[in-house]
Order: sequence, then C-alpha cells, then structure tokens
Amino acid sequence: MCDKKKLQQEIETIMNDRRLTYWQRTDALAKYAENLLDYPEGTPEEFYQLMESREINDLGEGHGPRSPRYILPDYKKFLKEGSEFLRLSAPKNLAEAVNALLIFYHNAHSVDRFPVFLGRLDDLLEEFVVREDYEAAKQTLRLFLISIDRTMSDSFVQANIGPEESVTGNILLELMPELQNITPNMTLRYDPETTPDGFAKKALDCALRCANPAFGLDSFYKERVGENYGIASCYNGLLIGGGAYTLCRLRLGTISENSKNSEDFFSRRLPLCIDTQLKFMDAKIRNVVENRAFFDSDWMVKEGFVQSDRFVGLFGFVGLCECVNNLMKKDGREGRMGHDAEADALGVRILETLEKAVNEHYCPYSYNHRFVMHSQVGAADDEGNSAGTRIAYGDEPELYEHLRNCGLYHHFCPSGIGDIFPFDETAFRNLDALLDIFKGGFKVGVKYMSTYLGSGDLIRVTGYLMKKSEVEKLKRGEAVANDSVCLVTDKTPSRHLTEKKVRSFDE
Amino acid sequence: MNKAPVNKIIPSSVVDGPGNRTAVFFQSCNFDCRYCHNPETIHLCTGCGACVKTCPAGALSFAEGKVVWNEEKCCGCDTCIRTCTNNASPKVKYMSAPEIWRKIEGSLPFIRGITVSGGECTLQAETVRELFAIAKAHGLGTLLDSNGSYDFRNHPELLEVCDGVMLDVKADCEERHRWLTGCSIKPVLDNLEYLASVNKLEEIRTVCIPDSLDSKKTIDTVGEILKPYLEKKDIRYKLIKYRHFGVRGKYQNFKEPAEQYMLDLKKHAESRGFRNIVII
Repeated sequence: MCDKKKLQQEIETIMNDRRLTYWQRTDALAKYAENLLDYPEGTPEEFYQLMESREINDLGEGHGPRSPRYILPDYKKFLKEGSEFLRLSAPKNLAEAVNALLIFYHNAHSVDRFPVFLGRLDDLLEEFVVREDYEAAKQTLRLFLISIDRTMSDSFVQANIGPEESVTGNILLELMPELQNITPNMTLRYDPETTPDGFAKKALDCALRCANPAFGLDSFYKERVGENYGIASCYNGLLIGGGAYTLCRLRLGTISENSKNSEDFFSRRLPLCIDTQLKFMDAKIRNVVENRAFFDSDWMVKEGFVQSDRFVGLFGFVGLCECVNNLMKKDGREGRMGHDAEADALGVRILETLEKAVNEHYCPYSYNHRFVMHSQVGAADDEGNSAGTRIAYGDEPELYEHLRNCGLYHHFCPSGIGDIFPFDETAFRNLDALLDIFKGGFKVGVKYMSTYLGSGDLIRVTGYLMKKSEVEKLKRGEAVANDSVCLVTDKTPSRHLTEKKVRSFDE
Repeated sequence: MNKAPVNKIIPSSVVDGPGNRTAVFFQSCNFDCRYCHNPETIHLCTGCGACVKTCPAGALSFAEGKVVWNEEKCCGCDTCIRTCTNNASPKVKYMSAPEIWRKIEGSLPFIRGITVSGGECTLQAETVRELFAIAKAHGLGTLLDSNGSYDFRNHPELLEVCDGVMLDVKADCEERHRWLTGCSIKPVLDNLEYLASVNKLEEIRTVCIPDSLDSKKTIDTVGEILKPYLEKKDIRYKLIKYRHFGVRGKYQNFKEPAEQYMLDLKKHAESRGFRNIVII
C-alpha cells in the first residue's frame, strides 16, 4: 500500500487510457481510490481465499461501495410532488414531465454514476401524453429517448412498459426501432390476460428490429417481488422506492472444479462458499447502511424517493450448467444440463440447496430480512461459468426443449433471471407464431425472455443491449460513449456474439 | 387402427396457417404436378432397394422385401431421395393417429394448432379425421392442406373436426389443369364452392408461373365461384411465386415470376373482390 511510486503509475495508466472517455476515466479513478480501502469489517477470512480461487466474486463492486448497487427511485411520487432538492414542482404537461425526469436521472445514480431504473415510462407519462396531439407527443418522446441514450450511455439503464397497452407504450415501440439506441434497456411487463396480443406482437416486432423490449411475466414479479416492482439493470426484479444493496456471486462451475464429486460438492465445498458469501454480504450491507453517507444524507432518501427498508441483498450465482456437467462427469455419469433428466435433476437440487440456505439466513437490513436469489448474466474472468442458469452457448437443445428447461430454473430467481432466443428473418413472417412461442414459454415456467434478430447490429448480449459495430470500434482501440461496450471484450459476452444459437422458422 | 405413411412432422411451422403450428406431411399424392417442389413425396416406396446401395451412412437395409430406415444412423444427406427414380422416399413411417399425436404432443403448449399436408393428406382421410379429433380434444386448431381431389361433400365427419381447408387451385380450366397435374379440375372447383358454402374454406393457394399458366384467369375462375361468399366473408388468397428449388430437372425450365408480375396479380385479385391477399 505504501509503494507510492506504484500507486502513481497505476493512476497514470487509468488517466491516460485512450480507450476510455473522460467520464469513464473519472469513474475508474474513483473505483481505484475506493479499493485502496480494506473490505468492510466482518468480511470472513475464507472470502479472500475463495476470491483468490475464483469461487466467489464481488463483481468489482468495490471494497466499500459509496452507494447501494441498484436504486429504483419512486418517480411516481416525484412527478406528483416535485422535489425540493431539484427545485422542481409537479409537472403540468408532457414537456415539463420529461424535463423533470431527465433532471432527476442526471442527479440519480446507482453503484456507478448512472441510474439503473428510469421508471415505468407509460405509467408515468400516459396522463400527459393523452392530452397532447399524437405526433407532438411522439416528437417530445423521441427527444426524450435520444437524450437518455446520449447522456446515460450505459446498457444497464433500464425502463419498463406494460402490462396494459397505452398510447405512450405504442409511441415508444414505434420510436425504438427508428432510433436504434442501446439505452434504455427495456422490459415489457407481460401479462397474457391484460396485454393485448396486438400490442405484444408490436413489441416482438420491435424486439426483432432493436432487441428491445424483453418480456417479463408480470404476475410472477408481482407475487414474488411485490405489487410495486420494477425491472432494473439487466433484468432485476426489485421494489420501486428501494432496490438492492449488493450483488455477490458464486461461480458454481469453478466450485465444481474444486470438488471431488457431487457428494464432496454438497457436503463440503458448496456449504463453505454459501456461508462465506452470506457473511460477506452481511458485512457489506452493514457497511453501506451504517458507515456510508447514502442512507443518511442523499437527497433521494431525504425526500422519500427511496427507503432503506425496501432494499435487499442479491445472492447471485453463475455457471450452473458447467457445475452440473462437471459433477455428472466426476460422478461417472453421462448427461449434460438441458439434454438429460438426471443432469437437470442435479441442477434443480443445486438451486434448491442455494434457495434453502438463502431463505434460512437472517439479515436485519434486507427487505423481509431475507436475501433473494439472482441468476447473474456473467462478467469478466468467468471462464468455465456460463451466465446464471443458462445452458452453455452452442449446446442449447431444440427450442421447445430449451424453453421447458428454462421453466425448471426460472422460478428460483425473482430478483433476476432470463433467457435470450435470437431468431433469423423468418420470424418477421409470422409474429403470431413468435407470440405463440413466447406464450408457450411462460406456460412452461419461463419468467423472463427476449429475442432479437441474429443478423442485426443492435443485439442483446447476456442481459443488455450492444451494437456489434461499437464492439468492433472498441477492438480497434477507439473510445466509444457507451460504458458497457467495454464489457463485451470480456470472454463470456464475446462468446455470446459468436456461439449463441440463432433460431429459425425454416424447415 | 389405420396406419398412414408419414413423410415428416415439423414441430414449428409458420407458413402452414396462422400462428405457430406443428405440420404433419403425409406421403403420396394422386396428382403429379410438373412444378412439384418436393417430388419425393409423390409415390410410396416400391422396395426396389436402389437407395440401400447408395446410402453412405448404412441407415437403409432390406427386411421382408421392404426398405427399412434406421433413423438413428441417418445423417440426413438425402442421397436416397436423389437416388430414387420413383419419386418416393425410404424415410417414411407408417403411423396411427395416436402415434402421430404422441409426436405432436411435444410441441404443446407452444402451438395454437396443427396442419396436415403432403403429399395429399386426404388420401389418409380416416387417419386425419382421427388425428383431428384428438387435437380438438386438446383445444388445438386443425387445418388441412389439400389439392382438392377429395370428395369433402360426401364426408362431413372429416369437416366436423377440421377448422378449415387450404385449397390449391392450380389452374383456370380443365385442359391446363390436366396438363399440369395429370388430373381433372372438376372436383377441385366443386370443393371450392362447397367448402365456401359450409364456411370451411380457410385459404386458396395458386402457384404462379408466367407464360406456362394463366394465373389471371385462375383468379377469375376462383373469383367467379366465390363471388357470393366473398361478400359475406373475407377469404385469404395466397399467391405463391414459382421457385426452381426442389423441382425435378426436366421441369426446371419454368420461368420464376418477377415481383411486379405478382403485384399485378394481387391487384387483379383485389378487383375480383379479395381483400386478404398474401404473396409468398
């Protein structure tokens, strides 16, 4: 720590990284400074070993984050009451509402500098939109979307629409293919009963053209997260007016590599990892609640746009597929996840084990005093671990089989899970058919799914939107505005680009 | 229980009726259309064994004078189809309606219906009827794709479990229909009128080839017969571009229509009272 020269060198390196924009460098510097601190008090000794062996990963959240990881402000309250801190009164028309929201977004943040939740845009704006001429409202919303994309250049900025059809929702679905923006990531809260088929098909057509929106099963999130939920970041179901303190991950694939067989895994290695991650999360959450300024002094807290008792801890994991496949092999059994009933039974048993431990763990600060499971989409250095419960890219079974397989696992993770099914151009021929497949998926237990056009530029990688052309640009060493593009140069997401199975309706 | 020759079952088809459907293709056809793009479905295997010799995967063998197909070994290269001089396929399975249904069941709940096609599926009318009855009991839609040779009028029990027929009208008159298919157009036009009258006409399909067929006249013939019904109900007309793909070599000199030709036909169909016209 005292090697000043080395510190200075590393700071210089960040300051001169030509692949980063000014703000990206500033963020990296802040993170660097933060990580000079120790991990929070109460971090168990085993954590350091398990980080070293890559079995646990803190997602680069930083040693002592200054803020909760995911924040979902109550924008409804804001538009109704205005904000003293922002010196804004309640908006009276669409222009004022959009302006107010943009100001709020600029002053909000998550664990990074951008907000991960922009609200249920149709619910927030419909009363203003219907009072305007359709084309005038569309123009205002067009500028609103452009502003979001260019100023919040991070793929984890998420907005929601649905489940009801609305004028706002329709306008957004018309604008998104035209604009081809990466931000915001968008979810249609889908309810087969209340979302009209025509609107759902329009959303699917939109998704094929610009990878947005994804479909989340409204009833599931209402029941398991809460009536007033929002989908934030990649696909995280969290309470509006709250969020999540932290997200830590077990790398199940790596844990299985360090286990002799499934007996050893279940009796020794996995319990150690689970216990360590739970304790580490406790320490981290205590730190952000008790030692950091956010919950005492942040204007969003002070004005009641978020409340500390609506935050949870996200118990994340990746690499279920590799874990199952490794353990099957080590047990001398054949069969891979997604292709074999025994392998899938093992997968379910692993998640039941996690779920049981998570449900038995008491955390005084977490909503309902419990953590929630999260199937994480993958990050740097995840070699040997596919995203959450996803079947390894390239090894996906036939479409119907694949959807049924998702149904085995999705219900474990109300705070975030999802699968992506890219299609080729044949999908445009019959959107009814694509909707049938989505509806069928939800019937067999899928809770969150999305599609995009395999040959398009704008696609959904792991859980967020990305332009292939921007990835190429970054690979050439040029800076790009969007923070998340940098992530795609990591191995896991880059494999998504080349190996992910694209579905076709062709015979 | 009746067993019918099944060429293949496609779990997800988006071109055989509305929404996502499982399509069952039966083997053998009583027409011999020059432009047939899957001629290997026309006849039943005679057991000559030519394909047994050429199969590179060893998936075909002889048993009791019949060619037996081993699905596990098959590599799907279609050498057998290219070898066959009889417009048949050794990869055909004789299946009862419940056996076919067990294959379709794997597609639930992702489909809204099933479609039977061919070959000519009405040559297996009894199996189709049984299959449709099972599908209906499971809440699925049932569509039937036919060349129109079957006497629907005298078999109401089939139509009872069939939501609708997608009927091919391949030519405008007896002479050209015989030239193209080897069979009479009379039952086709009878069915056209009858199916429309009992509200079971889901769609009309015409493959369009400039110079060789007068598709304008075909549309006239169809339009004339359907005139009284089109006023009451919108019936879909699918105008299909002829494509060389899959067509037997000796008939490959037909001309593929240009986009404008198809658009002109669409306009013509509109003038004949059709509102729902699809070009594929």
